Amino acid sequence: MKVGVIVFPGSNCDRDMHHVLTDVFDLNAEFFWHEKNLPENIDAVVLPGGFSYGDRLRAGVIAAHSPIISDVKKLAEKGIPVLGVCNGFQILVESGLLPGVLLKNESLNFMCEWTNLIVKNNKTPFTNKLELNQKIPIPIANGEGRYFVDDKTLEQLEKNNQIVFSYENKVNGSVSQIAGVCNSDGNVVGMMPHPERAAEKEINQIDHKPSSLIFESLVETVGMKK
Amino acid sequence: MSFQEHEKLHIEKNVKRELTTTESQILAAEWSEHCSYKSSKQHLKMLPTTGPNVIVEKGYDSGVLDVGDGYVVTVHIESHNHPSAVEPFGGAATGVGGVIRDILSAGTRPIALFDGLRFGNIETDSHARWLFKNAVAGIADYGNCLGIPTIGGEVEFDECYKNYALVDVAAVGFGKKSKLIKNHANIDDLVILIGGSTGRDGVGGSQFASDALEGEDRSAVQIPDPFIEKLIIEAILECRDQNCINAMKDLGGGGLSCAISETAESLGIGIELDVKNVHLRESDLAPEEIMISESQERMLVIASPDNLSKINSICDKFRIQCSVLGKVKEDKMMHVKNGNETIALLPADFVARGPLISREKSKPKYLSNLPVAPESQNNLSLTDVLLKLLSSPNIASKHWVYRQYDHEVGIRTVIKPGYDSSVLRLDNGKSLSVKIDGNPKHCYLNPRQGAIGCFEEACRNVVCTGATPIGMVDHLQFGNPEDPEIFWTFMESIEGITDFAKSLNIPCVGGKVSFYNETNDGPIKPTPLIGVLGLIDSSPLHPNPPSENDVILLIGETKDELGGSEYYEYIHNFVGGTAPSVDVSNSKKNMDSVLSLISENLVKTAHDCSKGGLAIAISELCIFGKVGCHVNLNKVSTLSTEKILFSESHSRYVLVIEKSKLDSVKNILSEKNCSFSELGIFTSDQIIFESDSNPVLELIVDKAENNYLNSLGKIIQNG
Repeated sequence: MKVGVIVFPGSNCDRDMHHVLTDVFDLNAEFFWHEKNLPENIDAVVLPGGFSYGDRLRAGVIAAHSPIISDVKKLAEKGIPVLGVCNGFQILVESGLLPGVLLKNESLNFMCEWTNLIVKNNKTPFTNKLELNQKIPIPIANGEGRYFVDDKTLEQLEKNNQIVFSYENKVNGSVSQIAGVCNSDGNVVGMMPHPERAAEKEINQIDHKPSSLIFESLVETVGMKK
Repeated sequence: MSFQEHEKLHIEKNVKRELTTTESQILAAEWSEHCSYKSSKQHLKMLPTTGPNVIVEKGYDSGVLDVGDGYVVTVHIESHNHPSAVEPFGGAATGVGGVIRDILSAGTRPIALFDGLRFGNIETDSHARWLFKNAVAGIADYGNCLGIPTIGGEVEFDECYKNYALVDVAAVGFGKKSKLIKNHANIDDLVILIGGSTGRDGVGGSQFASDALEGEDRSAVQIPDPFIEKLIIEAILECRDQNCINAMKDLGGGGLSCAISETAESLGIGIELDVKNVHLRESDLAPEEIMISESQERMLVIASPDNLSKINSICDKFRIQCSVLGKVKEDKMMHVKNGNETIALLPADFVARGPLISREKSKPKYLSNLPVAPESQNNLSLTDVLLKLLSSPNIASKHWVYRQYDHEVGIRTVIKPGYDSSVLRLDNGKSLSVKIDGNPKHCYLNPRQGAIGCFEEACRNVVCTGATPIGMVDHLQFGNPEDPEIFWTFMESIEGITDFAKSLNIPCVGGKVSFYNETNDGPIKPTPLIGVLGLIDSSPLHPNPPSENDVILLIGETKDELGGSEYYEYIHNFVGGTAPSVDVSNSKKNMDSVLSLISENLVKTAHDCSKGGLAIAISELCIFGKVGCHVNLNKVSTLSTEKILFSESHSRYVLVIEKSKLDSVKNILSEKNCSFSELGIFTSDQIIFESDSNPVLELIVDKAENNYLNSLGKIIQNG
């Protein structure tokens, strides 16, 4: 079993994500450079955060055209779990794997702070061990994290249960305080907050268990360890 | 560009011919104050630089400390004052970039950034606000993009920085001892330039920084590109992992001239290079401009020819440029060619070791005429004074600043910004506590004790997390050194720092001197900045919020030292009085006692007592715990109430102790003969200080919190 961690030029949470997947949750994770191909026998894909291509043009838009994204799309169609965190979420949105766009925060500033998420969908491969409406203390760190969709799409997202996480409080002006969404099949999830920064007790003085459950959900989904 | 008389003589004596244009430019860059340290070099030697943890290797641009288990920590500090005063966003951003490459050049990965920022009065001066906002944005833009957390620092405002800015950046790196670059070179090794292209930006930057800021020479300010820097970091570390690098140096002040001459000098080799090989951003650069351009995001690498193909393929992977400029020779000469034509040929050590200058010093006249105490009495009640101090931009929470910095990336930040000292976890299970401190208000009144105070304050901050100081870096910032009065203040500072470092056995592992920090209204106040690194064998003491009935214990003596305090300067607009002094034996004793209590697990929270004095230190704890306090000031000392509340005496710590542990704490402190007083307890929802059984100050915690947390943001909103 293997989790692929995709590395784009400018990714900077790749090593953090790899550390949490392997050292904390004992998963078998491997880095894949954006110009390489993804093997077909991969069990899950994670697009970590960072500033791919320095956020030039628009966060995530250049990376969305990387060669590896077509492999990610193929795997996603097969139902393989795909998680995009922060810049990874922006890339999934820009590549059309997830609906919506991510705009500049209402404050127009980069924001690094702890916030609470509320679980809205606990049927995805990354939330199946969480309770519905469970609170997750977790940090955000982004400049373009304001999720936006038009009213019609929002209605569809609600109807299809595609809103996975919302912020407990108004944080950045996101539509319906949305923090994370999934595709209609539920296997592709994108979220702006960083679960890999909240899943260890040493780093998260508040409560690391809820974020841990995001990774434990993945462990549950892909079945076996190493 | 012009040489001084003694420099002309030095050239005549050693070169015995006319210099070429390129040679003149190279020497002007390398012999600038900024690159040559010609006023300070002979005095910096007094600082102690060795210690049990220090690893010394030739040619390192950063200090290297052994933290055990095969791991090292590297540290460096720099400033980018002149550029930031002209173009704050780019100036501050490129300051970050430069110091990161110094960490990289030792072969370590940068893991944290710290900034010391100083500006004029942001409450009244919209230009100061503009400089402040944009410098913060520049640091955020650069550090965030690289994925290096900015986890600490300080921000201070003082009229002496009007229309000017001090932007200091310290960086910390981490790596395996076995992977440190052991700078060396063999004859015929290749000299390679990796990274961004060379352009006209930053031409003459070092000379620009070695003169008073008169015009706004924007072409001397470098242009930041954090994306390229990120690619360089990853490419260089990959080259390191594949053992491709023999020696390495960052291109900073003085550009290629400095990097080539200093590398050749430190390794005892010659370097021959052709400027035609340098990859350029604009095609019409003159050869001498190529040699002194300070374009950012460039690294000089010396590698064996056998490793060139590996280096090329790594650079190809990251799509960064890589040019072979020339090669290593035996002759110890710096030989610059333009195609077949030789345009500079000078001994490398002649270039790298500029002639030094002995500067005159004399005690500044102002120091003999300082007023003793303010004439006016308080028009405000002590409660209103405290409220006003809590909203002073120098004291109020800096949340508005650090929330713009990604301080979590790297998932090492165990203690986050906003407390005494931030702490990083290391891969060997130990923790690293780092703090930088400066205090120009104290240093202006007493340059020697002020500098020692900054040093002690940084130590106190790391001690509050349970860390033992293992090394320090200093950044000495002054006005024009040609003025004997300014030079005197420089000498006082460095002598003070040296004495304290020797007394506490804390080696200086890096530093920088920045002169010519002058504004239209005169020189800045002496602004030495000290960074201290502390090591903790396991987890740090986390700041735990105080709760009802916890005891407030003050370690150390409160003295009649209101000079340079926020109380005198912000409330009374008064500059004068006696600034705090450090008693070295008490300093050591108190540090040692607090560390013992922490290691015995007897302390709930330790907080440094500094700016704003005891009143602010206790109020900050109340705000943190959302709980009031009842404090008896008579327990502190017999001084007047205002002195007890607001004096900024050093070597003091406020400890939060659970009642059940109080007796054990007192026993240990008495055994150590450490001066302490039990001031009262945390209770209710009001901050109450009483004297002679009468309350002298009463403030609802919510109100204090509102002023403390929101003031800075409100000032910024004023545009």
